[in-house]
Amino acid sequence: MNLKPETFSRIDEVIPHYPVKRSAALPLLHLVQEDQGYISQEAIEWIAAKLELQPINIYELVTFYPMFRQKPIGRRHIKVCRTLSCALMGGYKACGEFEKQFNTHRGEISPDGEVTIEFVECLASCGTAPVVMIDDDLHEKVDCAKARELSARIKTEAATRQ
Amino acid sequence: MSAPSQRRLIFQHIDEPGYTNDLACYLKHGGYEVMKRAFARKPEELIDEVKKSGLRGRGGAGFPCGVKWTLVDRKSGKPIYLVVNADESEPGTFKDRYIIHQDPHQMIEGIMISCHANNVKQAYIYIRGEFPGGARILEKAIAEARAANFVGPNILGTNYSCEIYVHRGAGAYICGEETGLIESLEGKRAYPRIKPPYFPAVLGLDQCPTIVNNVETLCHVKHIVGMGGEAYSKIGTPNNTGTRILCVSGQVQRPGYYEYEVGKITMGQLLNEVCGGPLPGRTFKAVIPGGSSAKILRFGERFKGKRKVGAEMVDYDWGVEDVPMDFDSLGMIGTMGGSGGVIVMDDSVNMVEALGNINEFYAHESCGQCTPCREGSLWMKKITGRMVHGEGRSEDGALLKNVADQIAGRTICAFGEACAWPTQSFVLKFGDEFKAYPEAKKNAPADSLKLV
Ligand SMILES: Cc1cc2nc3c(=O)[nH]c(=O)nc-3n(C[C@H](O)[C@H](O)[C@H](O)COP(=O)(O)O)c2cc1C
Ligand code: SF4
Ligand code: FES
Repeated sequence: MNLKPETFSRIDEVIPHYPVKRSAALPLLHLVQEDQGYISQEAIEWIAAKLELQPINIYELVTFYPMFRQKPIGRRHIKVCRTLSCALMGGYKACGEFEKQFNTHRGEISPDGEVTIEFVECLASCGTAPVVMIDDDLHEKVDCAKARELSARIKTEAATRQ
Repeated sequence: MSAPSQRRLIFQHIDEPGYTNDLACYLKHGGYEVMKRAFARKPEELIDEVKKSGLRGRGGAGFPCGVKWTLVDRKSGKPIYLVVNADESEPGTFKDRYIIHQDPHQMIEGIMISCHANNVKQAYIYIRGEFPGGARILEKAIAEARAANFVGPNILGTNYSCEIYVHRGAGAYICGEETGLIESLEGKRAYPRIKPPYFPAVLGLDQCPTIVNNVETLCHVKHIVGMGGEAYSKIGTPNNTGTRILCVSGQVQRPGYYEYEVGKITMGQLLNEVCGGPLPGRTFKAVIPGGSSAKILRFGERFKGKRKVGAEMVDYDWGVEDVPMDFDSLGMIGTMGGSGGVIVMDDSVNMVEALGNINEFYAHESCGQCTPCREGSLWMKKITGRMVHGEGRSEDGALLKNVADQIAGRTICAFGEACAWPTQSFVLKFGDEFKAYPEAKKNAPADSLKLV
């Protein structure tokens, strides 16, 4: 498995946190996904071997837990809260605005490869609805104007990277 | 009567300018002093304080914390684990988020006191996957506490040692259910376990006795041990002691979090005075008082009956606005205080569509083990979805009720009730709107609020 050296060291650090190795399955999946962007078949087999499990024991987690994915996504991950409090304050509109800005549809990689937009369930910030997570960062009270602003920022960052 | 003022115990420093989440700041504010005193006392005494306090769990079920701790199997010879439920995923709930991000040491102090009281040598914080920053903050705070000898080997020079590790979930709501959480912590799918025999207090993590408590509950433990169980029990109202964080979201002027003595504020005071009432030109239509699983209340309905006040039984006749925000009163009127998430809807909302939104959540989150829950939640979503997308029939309300009625009581975990209650209560209280929906849909303006 081709992982960054710090990913390997964090994997070795986390396994002894548990009395039974299998408990480290979720932490390992997180670490590998952060390193590689998604969970490949090779990763499933590697993690299973590392924890002395069968590949199915890892595969069934990848299909059960919504945060794990088996395919790459855009460079940035935009997760719009879909649940009631956010919807009441205009969450669907905000999502539509992001889709328009990146000329894409929920669940797909935008044509420029920059983003994947998704609906997610309640992010536990309902008092500042509608909320959106872009990668690890929470953005609050995201109306259409703020969605445009956040999109513009992503596009600028993309342009400076090139 | 005007609303009482907030009583901030847990949220004392939340949003306070200059208050930071590092150890130095916490120590400056008297942090870990309660723990130092607690470590000089016998564990049984600490459990007694929590029992005396009357503290009820803040995660959803309101189960007395002291009772939970006495149910732990201490004779098995197996290690006892403490698992902190930081999954915070009941829609409408957003309190643990602020404790974790802004005051992690308060939580760690509460955890360590609870561990000492229960002779726990290993604690895990199960934090939802969508709090990556929160997980990093907790890890840093634990490292600081370890360096200061508040966590880890030979704490405060005693021969007692206890570790805390942070464990991240990965986006599944059912991990909030305590036995699902334990399965998930074991590295499996979060399939809740059947009780009996799998009560966590006896057969929890790796079949060892395990205490599962919510983040806020464990913070209360710190304050209970600090002031004494007796003194704590005088805060709030009988059987509903202490303070509680109420999370208000949806269509009000000032949504947010507010901490009050339990039972000292009514729904009307909370929504009209504290939260500033409905948005301009609107009126309140409905409110869900304890997270999206709680049964909905319709403004205008009345609740009558007898309740105990002191030693006497007195009649009550309440509108939604008159209901005190405590476990027992909300239970009495057929709903629940749950996780403290108050979701408000005004007259711009169509109730079929609001239910459609909730049904999508439950259909997505059912773990799929029990047929009534897996199929029922899916069909409820399909029916409301079909109504919203234009093929509604006037008998759909009755059909929805029929499906919901076949779920509750027939499942492994309380998700069955959680997914049936919204449908049952929406159809019961807004039946006319369900009947009239196919017609209403045809005349709805094109720019109306989208919920499904
Ligand atoms: C479907 C379902 C979801 C739940 N989600 C949560 C949650 O996100 N956070 C939480 O603390 N408790 C949640 N609970 C309640 C837990 O099962 C458990 O009762 C609680 O963590 C116990 O802690 P407490 O006694 O301190 O409240 C949930 C329960 C059910 C049935
Ligand atoms: S009630 Fe639903 S969520 Fe709970 S165990 Fe059964 S299928 Fe899973
Ligand atoms: S409903 Fe969006 S954060 Fe809770």
